[in-house]
Amino acid sequence: MIRTLQKWAPAALVLAALAGCVGNDPHYTLTSISGLVSPLEFKMTNQDGQPVTAADYRHDLVLLYFGYTRCPDECPTTLTMLANALHTLGPQASQVRVLFVTVDPNRDTTGVLKRYVSNFGPQFVGLRPDQDELTALSKRYRISYHYEKPDKYGNYEVDHSSAVFIFDGGGRARLLALSGNTSQQVASDLHRLLTTS
Amino acid sequence: MSPLVTDLRYLLPWQFSPTLFILTAVTVALYVRGLVTLRRGGGRVGFWRVFTFFLGLALNYAMLQTYVDYLSAHMFWIHRFQHLVLHHIGPVLMVLSGPDRVLRAGIPAGLRRVRIAAWIRRPIQVLFRIVQHPLIAPVLFVGIIFFWLTPSIHFTAMIDTRRFILMNWSMLADGLLFWWLMLAPRQVQGRAAIGYGTRLVILALVAIPQLLLGAYITLHTTSLYPIYAVCGRAWSVSPLYDQQIGGLLTWIPAAMMSLVGILAVLHHILHDPDATEVRRRGRFASPAQPAG
Repeated sequence: MIRTLQKWAPAALVLAALAGCVGNDPHYTLTSISGLVSPLEFKMTNQDGQPVTAADYRHDLVLLYFGYTRCPDECPTTLTMLANALHTLGPQASQVRVLFVTVDPNRDTTGVLKRYVSNFGPQFVGLRPDQDELTALSKRYRISYHYEKPDKYGNYEVDHSSAVFIFDGGGRARLLALSGNTSQQVASDLHRLLTTS
Repeated sequence: MSPLVTDLRYLLPWQFSPTLFILTAVTVALYVRGLVTLRRGGGRVGFWRVFTFFLGLALNYAMLQTYVDYLSAHMFWIHRFQHLVLHHIGPVLMVLSGPDRVLRAGIPAGLRRVRIAAWIRRPIQVLFRIVQHPLIAPVLFVGIIFFWLTPSIHFTAMIDTRRFILMNWSMLADGLLFWWLMLAPRQVQGRAAIGYGTRLVILALVAIPQLLLGAYITLHTTSLYPIYAVCGRAWSVSPLYDQQIGGLLTWIPAAMMSLVGILAVLHHILHDPDATEVRRRGRFASPAQPAG
């Protein structure tokens, strides 16, 4: 029996150690992704047609979200929730940028993006990747998007990820806001991130 | 893009792994060299053995280094299919082909003379003996399935590329170790060999937790793995439908592989010279036993 235990112990320890690596940060309501997701990195065109990289958003708290302007429900719901969170946050919201990356760059030109994001507030930035950059982003952040069959008018929907990736001022991935999270939860976690880091 | 170009894209790696590419290339080279060496020495390796080996190797490679790699991160049932191949079907095919003789013949003579220092060799041997222990191997085999399917762990494995790679590699490595222990003939296993009767018991036992887990996932009425909605599915299907297909793949074919394993072990028992000897002696030892 003791011999059996001795032989089992290493396997049990390995499993326990691996299990200990995961689990959420008790200080935050949102899902912690520290050390799990790649740092903020990209090369895109902003809503004013200028090329931008992640370095342009250093020192800001960045909320990265993928969507498209003709999105019927999910994108407006999420962006409205984020706008409410920033409203709750008050003056600190000036240190936050919401980067709305279109997964439909063919239809979402910079002009379309600019008109769309202006509905949500001054912290919202529309970004347009080219096709290669979109593929690179989907690999880096492990998100998917795909285009549904167009209807007879040529309109189509795009299926895409629903998460909001939150990066701190150093560009490190910190939290993930899911579709079930409320603006209150997002606001309080953003507040904590801004005051502790 | 023309249809041909689009199709070729599906055969290319989504995230290229030089390590896996080199390992696969070295395995192919060793095997082919072994085939040539054996043939020169008058030995023969049957067509179906070679076919089975390459089928298993190609399936494993395809799961990790084609578009399947992308799909498996964005559709639960494809992830389950990928693990069914990596942990069960691919290794079973490779082990059943009896590759040890060919691979050993493929090692260049110069390399075979190289002595590995004891301080490297010993820990590897000890580790190998631990993971191939008849009590630990089945626990690892089942445990690794449960581990990666624990919802909180599954979430992080799908969002972190390094954990995702670790998950898939661990399934393949454990699959090769376990099925080697179960299905390779005793004579070629050396000190790790365990009796065929014990193998039959292990194979029957490991099927049970897989059946229970598969049934649990299939019959669960809420989404266990929200990560696929968070990161986006590869195409539009309802989360529960995806979960049910994935659960069924964990439930039925995975447990069926135990049956395949049991048949293979029975085949060994019938063809093993030592086992035949034991049977014959057994029969002679109890001549008075009534028939039927």
